[in-house]
Parts: sequence; C-alpha cells; structure tokens
Amino acid sequence: MRPIIEIEHLNKSFGEIRAIQDLSFQVCEGELFAFLGVNGAGKSTTIHILCGQLAHDSGSVVIDGCRVDKHAEAIKRELGVVYQSSVLDKPLTVRDNLKTRAALYGLTGRAFEERLKELADLLSFGDILKRTVGKLSGGQRRRIDIARALIHKPKILILDEPTTGLDPQTRKLLWQVISGLRRSERMTVFLTTHYMQEAADADNVVILDHGRLVAQGSPLELKNRYTGDFVTIYGAQETQIKALNVPYEVLRDAIRVSVANTAAVTQMILANPTLFHDYEVTKGNMDDVFLAATGKKLTGGEKK
Amino acid sequence: MTQLRALIYRNTKLYFKDKGMFFTSLITPMVLMLLYVTFLANVYRDSFASAAPEGISGNYIDALVAGEVVSSLLAVSCVTVSFCCNLLMVQDKACGNRADLTIAPVKNKTLALGYYIATLVSSSVICLIATALGFGYIATMGWYLSMADVLLILADVFLLVMFGTALSSVIGFFLSTLGQLSAVGTVVSSAYGFLCGAYMPISQFSEGLQKVIKLLPGTYGTVLTRYHCTRGVFEKMQEAGMPQQYVQNLMRSIDCRIEIGQTAVSAPVMYLILGTTVCVLIGAYIFMNQRKAKE
Repeated sequence: MRPIIEIEHLNKSFGEIRAIQDLSFQVCEGELFAFLGVNGAGKSTTIHILCGQLAHDSGSVVIDGCRVDKHAEAIKRELGVVYQSSVLDKPLTVRDNLKTRAALYGLTGRAFEERLKELADLLSFGDILKRTVGKLSGGQRRRIDIARALIHKPKILILDEPTTGLDPQTRKLLWQVISGLRRSERMTVFLTTHYMQEAADADNVVILDHGRLVAQGSPLELKNRYTGDFVTIYGAQETQIKALNVPYEVLRDAIRVSVANTAAVTQMILANPTLFHDYEVTKGNMDDVFLAATGKKLTGGEKK
Repeated sequence: MTQLRALIYRNTKLYFKDKGMFFTSLITPMVLMLLYVTFLANVYRDSFASAAPEGISGNYIDALVAGEVVSSLLAVSCVTVSFCCNLLMVQDKACGNRADLTIAPVKNKTLALGYYIATLVSSSVICLIATALGFGYIATMGWYLSMADVLLILADVFLLVMFGTALSSVIGFFLSTLGQLSAVGTVVSSAYGFLCGAYMPISQFSEGLQKVIKLLPGTYGTVLTRYHCTRGVFEKMQEAGMPQQYVQNLMRSIDCRIEIGQTAVSAPVMYLILGTTVCVLIGAYIFMNQRKAKE
C-alpha cells in the first residue's frame, strides 16, 4: 500500500518546550491509523502541522506526494478534520453550516444539494437540517461535525477524539459510517483517541510520549512486544497462586496472573491441572501496551 | 468569489442572529440619542439663541440644533457600531472557529475581507436606520435639507462606516479574546465622541488639542456630516438677511468649517483625507492578514 502521509524527522518547539522531537512515521492509503498519547504528548501539534495551521521547525511532512510547507492549498482539499470540540456555528441551521463549509471548497448549487443528501442519508440527519445547531444534542452535533468534514470528499479524515462524550449507540453509528467510507472510498483515517477499543481496531498505531515516538506497529505487534497473556482463574486460593511464582492481581471473584506468552500459559496449565479448572486466557490489551510503553495510563496520564 | 460570498453571508447572518451582539451595537446610538434629546439639545439651543441676533426665527435655531444632534450621533455611531459589529472576528479567534476556517483552502486575505465586508454590511444597516430616524427628527424640528444634502449625508455615513470598520479591523487583528475587544470597544466608545468633536465642538478645546484632533481622519467625517446636516439652515439664514459674519462664526463654532492655519479645508479635500485613510487601513489590514506567519 502506498504511503499517503510521510513524516520524517519532524521537530517543533514552542520556546523551550520541545513539543515534537524527531518524529517519523508513515500512514498508508486506506488505513485506520491511531495516534495515542496523554494530553501534552504532541498529538494536537502534529495534527495542526498536518493541516498546515502550524509551521514545523525541521523535518518534512508530505501528504499525498505534496509537501505541507509548499502546497498547503492543494493538501487542504484532501483533508477533512473533526476536532474534539465542535466548531459549528450555533446560531445557524445545520444546512447553513454545511452550505458555508461546502462553498469554501467550491461546492455550491446542485452539487452541494446532492452531496448534502448523500451525507444526510449516510449519517441520518435529514430531519434536522432546518434546526439551529444550538438546539441539537451532543450526538447530533457530532454527526454534523463529521458531515462537515466529509462534505468535500476528502482523501484523509483526521479525527481528534471524535467520540468523546458520545453515547454508545452514536459511537457505533459513527464508526459504521467511517468503516463504510474506508471500504468504499479507500479513505484514510487518522485518529487520536482515549478509547483503547478504537485503537485496538486500527491497522497501525503510534504512541507518543513527550513529543517522541515510543512505540509503533499494528495492535497485535504491539501486544506481542509489550504485553504478555493474562489468565483469569476462578475458584482458586491466593496461596495456590503464590506458589506459581508469577505476578498476579486479586480481583473480586478471581485472581488474574500475568504470563510472558501463550506458550508459557500452556505449560503452566499442564503443570497445574487441578488449579486450572475454571479459567480464561486473554491477550494484553492496548491499555497494557500503553502502560508498558510509556509508564502511564492513557486516561488522566497517571504514572505507574 | 464563491468563498468570499459564503463568508460574508455566514458572518452577516451570525451578527443578526446573535441578539447579544446586535443589541450591544445599538447601545451607543440609543444612549447618545437619549443624552442629546433630553439634555444636550437644550444646551445647544440655549447657546445658539443667546448668541443669535434679534429677529432670528426659532425654526432656524431648532433646525440647527437638530442638524448638530443628528450629525454628532451619526459621526460617533458609525465608528462605535462598527467596533461592535466586528466582535465576530475576535470571537472566531477566541473560540477556535478562525483556526477551523483555515483548514479549508481559503486564503487569509479572503477570510479578512469576509469579516470586513460583513461588518460593513451590518454596520451600514444599523447606521442607515439611525440616519433615517435622524432625518425624521430633523423633519419634526425644521427641514432645510436639499436632495443633494440627503445624498451627501448618506455618502458621509457610508464613508464613516467604512472608516470605522477598517479601524476596528486593524485594531481587532491584534486582539485574541473577547475581553480585550470589549475593553477596547469601551475606550473607543467613550473617547471617540470627544476626539471627533461629536460630544463637544472641537472649537471649544484648547489650541493645542485642536491641532491634534485635526490630525485625526475621523474629525473630517464629523465635519462633513455636520456641514451637510446644517448647510441648508445656514443658507436660509443668509437669505433671511442674517449677518454673514454671524453665520460664518456659527459655522466655525459648531465645526461645520475646519481650518488648518488660516485656510479652510474644503469638502473635496476632507473626502480625500477620509477616503485615503480608509484605503490605507484596509490595505494594512489585508497585508497583515496575508503576512500572518504560522507560529
């Protein structure tokens, strides 16, 4: 797959604060790319540089073969951005908001009406076109934010924590739409999120910490590299688990032990058949990956 | 053009839909109108009547007062209303909307022009309504305006609105929060009326201060408006046999005539000064936006 975003040795400082330090990664066309990091890690700075809103100090940023510092206008036509906070004009109607945005990309008249209908059907907001944005619920507003980002059929959709604060149903709808667009239009999605489940579904993940890339790879690669397996054992005594000489955590109804890999789990089970009569084996999740890679939990950024 | 039209439409609609912004911009004209009608008009009337030769018709005094009140109101409102209407430019910066607009392939100068023209449209609507009300007031007190005067007053109002919009745009460029703009707007609203000779004729100030005020382009906007609002009355007064010297002194005292040294500044020159200032301010505003470097 060809890379659509190529970042090489990117650096950006604000005075003495080094927001991004020697960052390099690629995003392939059609990929769901997750960008993880605690607040202040450099995610938003990277996005602002990608969107051409912020100049970088050194390094190169190439989007679809064009350098961001030389072909900003061409690149902007290929990007759609959904920020965490909605920037819709609350006193205006949904239609007015989308009409203004479309006009900035030269989309007017019949072409706009057709695209509006397409998006209204896709994101189910046809019945609220005449309502002012200030009167919409959070979920409805988020759908319009996404419609606004998609109005000009961008090649790359940048989602900056898009589902924060949404109910599960709306979150599910949004991801169904985005997945559909990725399949039908080979749209690339660049995502920052605090929901690990969303990162777990990504094709590629980059973890940032203090402006540096600390981990990169597919979710499976990262799990294999940074976490082991977990075995949750039901009906066992703590003294029995202690005898296994592995790290463990006491849960409400069970004890969870941490094992290096699945092979080690298999050996442990075979060596202790009486202990392992009611258990489940799970791989480490993205929360564990993040913790292992950065020493922090993603929500709130608390240190280990 | 499509982008510019869309931005103008968006900005103008936002202004009229935002009741807070809309009514804030009406405060200055309304407060001024109240001040003038209840208090200052009487002060002017007494002042004109006391200095007037015997036999002068009361209609002329009333018409003169009405002309001065309306011209003062318009001179201040054209600028202060523009500052209020331009709140959106700073509000967009404060709320992140401006940054969001730059994600689209829109040039900074297009964004800047969008704000300028939208503010011009909004301010013009408010000020033209104020002008119409002003004409109504003049009609009740004594109508001596010719069609040419009416058209020239409308032109003066539009030019002053362009000036006020350009000035607020240049100042707003450097502001990034609504608090800052509110503070600037308060200072401008209070001080501008004095500086342009709207609250008190410039002729009442000291020589030194007069020299400074004559350097300000807004002063010529006030003088033009005042001249066109009262020209008809002065003509009638001369036709009625009022002494030429009295009329000239009166014109000078209420700033219908402004002199640099011993030379009276003619109306075309005043239009040139104001027009050039508008062009320079707009040019500076567009230039600053084009040059606005990424951080």
